[in-house]
Amino acid sequence: MASASLPEQVLKHLFSFLTSDKDRNCVSLVCKLWYEVERRCRRSVFIGNCYAVTPDIMIRRFPQLTSLTLKGKPHFADFNLVPDGWGAYVDPWIAAMSQSYPFCLEEIRLKRMVVTDESLELISTSFHNFKVLILLSCEGFTTDGLAAIAANCRNLRELDLGESEVEDLSSDWLSHFPDGCTSLVSLNISCLGSEINFSDLERLITCSPNLKTLRLSQAVPLEKLPDLLCRAPQLVEFGTGAYSSEVQSDVFSNLEEAFSGCKKLEGLSGFWDVTPAYLPAVYPVCSRLTSLNLSYATIQNPDLNKLISRCHNLQRLWVLDYIEDTGLQALAASCKDLQELRVFPSDPFGPEPNVSLTEQGLVAVSDGCPKLQTVLYFCRQMTNAALVTIARNRPNMICFRLCILEPRSPDYLTLEPLDAGFGAIVEQCKELRRLSLSGLLTDRIFEYIGAHAKKLEMLSVAFVGDSDLGLHHVLSGCESLRKLEIRDCPFGDKALLANAAKLETMRSLWMSSCSVSFGACELLSQKMPRLNIEVIDENGPPDTQSESCPVEKLYIYRTVAGPRFDMPGFVRIMNQDAAH
Amino acid sequence: MTTIYENNDLATELRLGLPGTTDESKTELSNNKRSSSDLNHHDQQDSSSTSKVQIVGWPPVRSYRKNIVIQTKNSNCDISQGMYVKVSMDGAPYLRKIDLRFYKSYQELLKALENMFKHPIGIYLEKEGNTTCGSNYVLTYEDKDGDWMLVGDVPLDMFINSCKRLRIMKGCEAKGLGCI
Repeated sequence: MASASLPEQVLKHLFSFLTSDKDRNCVSLVCKLWYEVERRCRRSVFIGNCYAVTPDIMIRRFPQLTSLTLKGKPHFADFNLVPDGWGAYVDPWIAAMSQSYPFCLEEIRLKRMVVTDESLELISTSFHNFKVLILLSCEGFTTDGLAAIAANCRNLRELDLGESEVEDLSSDWLSHFPDGCTSLVSLNISCLGSEINFSDLERLITCSPNLKTLRLSQAVPLEKLPDLLCRAPQLVEFGTGAYSSEVQSDVFSNLEEAFSGCKKLEGLSGFWDVTPAYLPAVYPVCSRLTSLNLSYATIQNPDLNKLISRCHNLQRLWVLDYIEDTGLQALAASCKDLQELRVFPSDPFGPEPNVSLTEQGLVAVSDGCPKLQTVLYFCRQMTNAALVTIARNRPNMICFRLCILEPRSPDYLTLEPLDAGFGAIVEQCKELRRLSLSGLLTDRIFEYIGAHAKKLEMLSVAFVGDSDLGLHHVLSGCESLRKLEIRDCPFGDKALLANAAKLETMRSLWMSSCSVSFGACELLSQKMPRLNIEVIDENGPPDTQSESCPVEKLYIYRTVAGPRFDMPGFVRIMNQDAAH
Repeated sequence: MTTIYENNDLATELRLGLPGTTDESKTELSNNKRSSSDLNHHDQQDSSSTSKVQIVGWPPVRSYRKNIVIQTKNSNCDISQGMYVKVSMDGAPYLRKIDLRFYKSYQELLKALENMFKHPIGIYLEKEGNTTCGSNYVLTYEDKDGDWMLVGDVPLDMFINSCKRLRIMKGCEAKGLGCI
């Protein structure tokens, strides 16, 4: 079939209207010409698993990138389930890109990757127009690397250190920012632990007229806030440092006045070590707030209530369980625009409840907040009835993560498994994309998930299920599944081997403390050459394991890069050529 | 334990073992090697004590969130009200108040008080063996039993929990407390 192809220039122009990666990927599949045109004009690439592809493959396909987003370690690394040294090194990427993209690359966004000072220095000197550096949950670098970024990236707009682990070698890295105006729009240093040089910080803020987001570290005391806020009244997002001080009326009135001056403020965070008497200082901005992160603030009701009930436009609230059921009821009454709620445990390891936060609080919010679609809730008790009510109230739920602190907890009233409750969630919430399960659950919940959760993309599962049937239901039924992470469940070889092909349609599968045998891993790797099957075992060299031995941790991901070679001794990638 | 697979895909499944064998091999597999978290759970069920065996990575809370919680657990006070105690200084007309929770060491506390009253204060520190400076004033406190004690003898946590008020005492009056 002969097709009149549009001239390349026209195609390029048309493609420039396509911003989503999905659309651009579709366009690349139409024909060779479109593939070629598209790849040369693609500017932004997202790589959800840094080991799915190599820097060279990326550079060969996309010769001119402006922005790269890379994700490294699996999500369970956040909870110390991935041993140190596993991998996710960004250095090879930076090295390759510094050769190929020196004039075009402007933005690097990393999550759960290991970053070195050498890489940061290389970034700062290689990319002439570097603008955005976002390091979320990264590690491996020090303030020396940050000093290089500050000194050399003359057009830096965003520097966000997220929740990274940064070694604080010196407090003066801020002084490396150039004199004169900077183009900073966003600065997040909340993860830094050590002292800050205040005059450097003051100077930087004064010289950054475009600054919209500023998140300070705990080291910045409350007394400094009025001065800093007065230098940046245009802020849209602000994170305080330690919010504590001896109560003095002049400090209070200065702070209140400073907050009043921030007419554009929409988001607040920080609030470590709160002195409750200073909370009213933020009252002037409450009515404008759409985002409030109090998840470090050990404040209780009524102080907490008084604050939150003033935030009528709140869309996102992160808070500790000190809010209790009563506070959540008040939240439900005051904040009708609430979309996202995260309630963190104040005492996760205590055997007894230290606060009165139960399933009732979540039910109240689900009832009172019609736009609620994202939930992360830590609690100690749950019932099927509550979950059914929540599902009925909020069929628009997109992300539902419930963590009942004690594993395998049943419905505390009926002592039954929570299958019916979670089942209602997946049945009613047809747009559900992310789900985390906890409590006592049998294979039945997985039957419901496989049958109903057709849009589910990420599922996290811990201490649940009865048998391989559970895993089989999920792998065979969840059409949109991209990420599956499992720990301490009785899932073994059968379901995995029966659904081997499914694994190539997903980004990754994590299974730890399950019953998958070493032999099954070998078999799987022979069957599926485009999967990397990583067996992680800190107990001993994997070579000494017999075929039937269950592996400690298993990480399976699709890749076009083949096996990697940067792994530590306790990681083995099953080789499809292994004769047996 | 037999399981029935309705889905036809499993009819052509790959499995270990000879055709016709059932799932018994699976229970053998799980007995060969127990994961540490399995062991933890079984310990929990067997023991009658209420102490929990902590499971690695559970609950799924990031480590920097756990650390914050632990810090606040140590303070026995009512969290929302702080631990304000009155501070008097001999010869000064007005009393002040400070929140004891926010000082990580005696040095920090002393510095704060010196700032507040604009006067150097001596403190007895076991390591030094005497007051820190040639000041006439010494820091003392009234404890739960109503006794006046010299600040610095006991660990800070213990001091914070038993201190009801502070008094910056003139050196000559402090002699009765010994040590100088």
